[in-house]
Amino acid sequence: MSAGSVPSGYEVSDPGFPTKEENYLTNSKGILSWMFTLDHKRIGMMYLVGVSVAFLVAGLLALGIRLHLLAPDGWLFNQSIFQWLAPEKAPNDIYNQVFTLHGAIMVFLFIIPSVPAALGNFLVPVMLGAKDVAFPRLNLSSFYLWVAGAVFFVMALLASGLDTGWTFYTPYSTTTDSSVILATTGAFILGFSSIFTGLNFIVTINTMRPPGMTWFRMPLFLWATYATSIIQVLATPVLGITLLLLIAERTMHIGIFDPEYNGDPVTFQHFFWFYSHPAVYIMILPAFGIISELISVHSHKRIFGYRFIAYSSIAIALLGFLVWGHHMFTAGMSQMTTIIFSALTFTVSVPSAIKVFNWLATMWKGSISLTTPMMYAISFIFLFTIGGLTGLHLGTLATDQHLHDTYFVVAHFHYVMVGGTLVAFLGGVFHWWPKMVGVMYSELGGRISAVLVFLGFNLTFLPQFVLGSRGMPRRYATYDPEFQSLHAMSTYGALLLGVGLFFALGVLIHSLLRGKRAPANPWGGATLEWNCTSPPPFYNFDRAPVVGDPYEFGDIVWDSVQERYVKIEPKREVVPETPAEQPAHAGGKDE
Amino acid sequence: MSAHENSPEGYDFAHPLPLPLLFGVFLILVLLTIITVAQASFDLGSFDVLIVMAIATIKGLLVAAFFMHLAFDKPFNILCFVSSFVFVGLFIMFTLFDNRATNQDDIPVMDDAVVTAPAETTSAAMTTAGT
Amino acid sequence: MATTDAGHTSDVHVHEGHDSHDHDHPSYLAHHFDTPEQQFDSGKLGMWLFLVTEILFFSGMFCAYAIFRAWRPEVFEGCSQFLNTKLGAINTGVLLFSSFTMAWAVRCAQLEEHKKLASLLATTLCCAMVFLGVKAIEYSHKWHLGLLPAGLFTYDPANPHPEGGPNYLAYICAPFAVATIGVVIWLVVAFIRDAKFQVAVAKPLVFVCLSFFGGVGLGMILESGETPEHHGSDHVAAVHGDAEHGEHSGAEHGDAEHGDAEHGDAEHGDAEHSDTEDSEAEHGEGQQGDATDPEAADVAEVESTDPQPVVLQDPGSMMRDESDDLVVLERLASDATNTGLQDELSARRAQSQLSEGAITYDRTDDSSATIASTDDNVLRPSRAGVFFSIYYCMTGVHAIHILAGVGVLIWLLVRAIRQDFNRNYFGPVDYVGLYWHLVDLIWIYLFPLMYLIR
Repeated sequence: MSAGSVPSGYEVSDPGFPTKEENYLTNSKGILSWMFTLDHKRIGMMYLVGVSVAFLVAGLLALGIRLHLLAPDGWLFNQSIFQWLAPEKAPNDIYNQVFTLHGAIMVFLFIIPSVPAALGNFLVPVMLGAKDVAFPRLNLSSFYLWVAGAVFFVMALLASGLDTGWTFYTPYSTTTDSSVILATTGAFILGFSSIFTGLNFIVTINTMRPPGMTWFRMPLFLWATYATSIIQVLATPVLGITLLLLIAERTMHIGIFDPEYNGDPVTFQHFFWFYSHPAVYIMILPAFGIISELISVHSHKRIFGYRFIAYSSIAIALLGFLVWGHHMFTAGMSQMTTIIFSALTFTVSVPSAIKVFNWLATMWKGSISLTTPMMYAISFIFLFTIGGLTGLHLGTLATDQHLHDTYFVVAHFHYVMVGGTLVAFLGGVFHWWPKMVGVMYSELGGRISAVLVFLGFNLTFLPQFVLGSRGMPRRYATYDPEFQSLHAMSTYGALLLGVGLFFALGVLIHSLLRGKRAPANPWGGATLEWNCTSPPPFYNFDRAPVVGDPYEFGDIVWDSVQERYVKIEPKREVVPETPAEQPAHAGGKDE
Repeated sequence: MSAHENSPEGYDFAHPLPLPLLFGVFLILVLLTIITVAQASFDLGSFDVLIVMAIATIKGLLVAAFFMHLAFDKPFNILCFVSSFVFVGLFIMFTLFDNRATNQDDIPVMDDAVVTAPAETTSAAMTTAGT
Repeated sequence: MATTDAGHTSDVHVHEGHDSHDHDHPSYLAHHFDTPEQQFDSGKLGMWLFLVTEILFFSGMFCAYAIFRAWRPEVFEGCSQFLNTKLGAINTGVLLFSSFTMAWAVRCAQLEEHKKLASLLATTLCCAMVFLGVKAIEYSHKWHLGLLPAGLFTYDPANPHPEGGPNYLAYICAPFAVATIGVVIWLVVAFIRDAKFQVAVAKPLVFVCLSFFGGVGLGMILESGETPEHHGSDHVAAVHGDAEHGEHSGAEHGDAEHGDAEHGDAEHGDAEHSDTEDSEAEHGEGQQGDATDPEAADVAEVESTDPQPVVLQDPGSMMRDESDDLVVLERLASDATNTGLQDELSARRAQSQLSEGAITYDRTDDSSATIASTDDNVLRPSRAGVFFSIYYCMTGVHAIHILAGVGVLIWLLVRAIRQDFNRNYFGPVDYVGLYWHLVDLIWIYLFPLMYLIR
């Protein structure tokens, strides 16, 4: 850590602490001031709470799945309490509904909005030095659409559950008794929530950058968010129409997807994955953005290969549209199509690998401080690499025949989604927590949570690779006894992972009650959000920030007296007032 | 008008289109509609779809360029609009490429006895069931 | 202005400061934008991105259209005859005109011609309502004939104009009639209370509402004036059906369901005998044992009320001998009954087939269909239904977009009458205009794809 104090001949610029009136959390009071707020930071916080609740629900469902799989004939849902709770349902039916809701809630309510909507809403305008997103009302409405979607999912859960898997594959979804229509309506609404968020960010980044912030002086988190938003805008409408047609199929039997009326279920899969594969990148790209920030800031070193990381985000976003067929290799596509999709699938690994190499190169010879966010970031690199490399086995036609719909697939995408997105999300939350709420958490507690999550995660999902390659199919409520030891290992891992996540939650809640007041720049970041107070004032910046290089750490030094990083500038003469005014007013007016 | 008082320098970003241009575009569009309806009564064989779609595309371009003001708009907006059609094209192309109307090898046939037999019996079952 | 205001906001550059607000920001400029141009550009980019999502939203249906048309061109050709080209063409013209007035309205907003702007927006609204009125005629006519999506398809060439049935047109018109009456009452009340602004808003809205009924009238004239071509094909089918009708009246129009069921059994037997491949027949028996055995059928009838429709709805039923026109017609005839039960039973059957790994479509079925036999083939519920499914999906979603457009246009009309727009703030008119043109653009493609297939 670059300890030291301010060298002579330099002066410190530090915004200090916000007053109660400035602080966006306290400048207006009452529940209504939150519910009708147009402030992107408050909306981001509401999202953060919302997705955390969704994550809690879906995570508990995941624990239910794992506990049921403790014994070959099932354990948890065989307990008599479930017969008492739902007498008309067999344990296997309950299992089907639990894994479906786990998937659907995790995907639609948690992962997709987690980074872009929660952290992105908070960070995008602040990182841009803007006062708000381009369309604040749209932003709020997109939050309420999220709430409405969540309500529909809860209704589906209460009505008669959902047992189609999160993919809603026809023809089962057109014939099952469970409440497919409620759930698809929910997903349809959530799709629009996602579209509006993405649309907002694209416009914000395009038109509201301050003078001096060119495309290649943007923080990489913004690049990742931009790439994500492109996917959200381009892919999500197709999900919308697919789900709409599915609803029509169920109600009016339009015969497009339902083989009963000469429809084609494979067409449904095409439609669905045209959205849902790019959606995988909606989930992971913002995580890449977080990691780019975290690695650079906590290594106190300029990011390596800035342009490559930026371009690779866009490349992933665009290539992501060309590979959806690899979800359907065994679904009865024509052979030629499978070959093309398989070949295209491998191209995605190139930009992903570029990112990983650049992160490693950034850490090389950096002065790494092993803070909580950095520990999450490092475990992200490790886990994502495993997740990405196992994807190659699944993208290869020959091995996919064997591995398709086995636990290998389950383990693969959990390594990407949980080991990737969730870990990055946690890292991001720990990284920006001081900025968001203005308090520091217990560093020791944070590190313990990172270790627990890492260990628990690996214990849960490494055995599943073995299970899958030995032929254990996914989504089964019972299994052969030979698989029991691996399943049990996975279950204990899931419990450990749960402990780690609750521990992380505890650390954050503890910080709210007992945490030290956070300085403006606790980590030594150079992006604009560290220039404003923690938490930011209502309009983000008291004076329009001077846009600098987002990864130039040379002028940021550790002030060991007050335990904060400060930006130092060469001492200047007493500056007359009007020139100081100039850059602020230059904002777009004179051009 | 408050606008005039408060923006003395005036922001002249409005770009009103001349009325004759709009009206001319409208007339051409109506004319093309008449042509496309008229040609439908002739049987042009397989060119039919192409001709109809070509006319529709010309109409679409006219609407986009003039009514939607795209001919005078920022390049980025044009890029957005065009890229949407690129992605629609990708979507439809790939999906159609896998259409069984064009592909006879739906099921990868590795072992005839195993793979095709159940399919045949069941389709036969449907035959009898249906009659 | 930076220099003139320097003293005023010297130390802190706060945009939100209340005193500086008036100078910095005109009322129409949101606080987080610096200039009206930035606001306009943001809004416009946002609108274009929204249009991108709209295009991709519709692309799903265009894709479905492409798949099914490539798969079954003859069904699309045949069923397209049921769409009235004249109505489609008129609607195209109406939409084009509304696009023109909308583009003109944008020009007026930019030039601050407030009166003209309001009247052009009202004209656009009227066109939208005429479009919907014509659409109401098209829809109600088809619903009456039973030309519905696959699962609800009940069209019967032997009896193309079934008696009875709800008056669909009245149902569609009812909400619009209510709206019209409401607006008229509002106008009268506003007039009596001398609320000038409300009168100014309500007056054009009365015309807008009335133009829906204008559209309905126009549609009626065009639909019934001359014999549209699809009536011709109806007629052919009807004659064809009548010829058969005489011979099999007992089975077709027998009032008891029992009659139907028995007839269905006879069909079964025939087909099974003609089926030469033993293994297949055996398999079929396994599934349909109850229906093939006449005695068992009676039992089955008691149990499942009506086994016959199960057979009719089944996709496999179409693999039967194609030359047997008679059977096709009979099936269509009895098809109109008891659809709800059919769906349920057939869905169950489909499921049991799927659980055996069956592939429930069959290519041989299509290759045997020729254009010569189009009339018979295309009118099978599960085939013709797909065309009408796509037709209703596409035009229905398009109509919903028109309705949404009507909503925002009314909002614009109110604001235009309030004279909210000026040369620095015409964004909303422009954005709604873009949306409206996109709706027009989609119709430009829909019209030839649906109505002009030959």
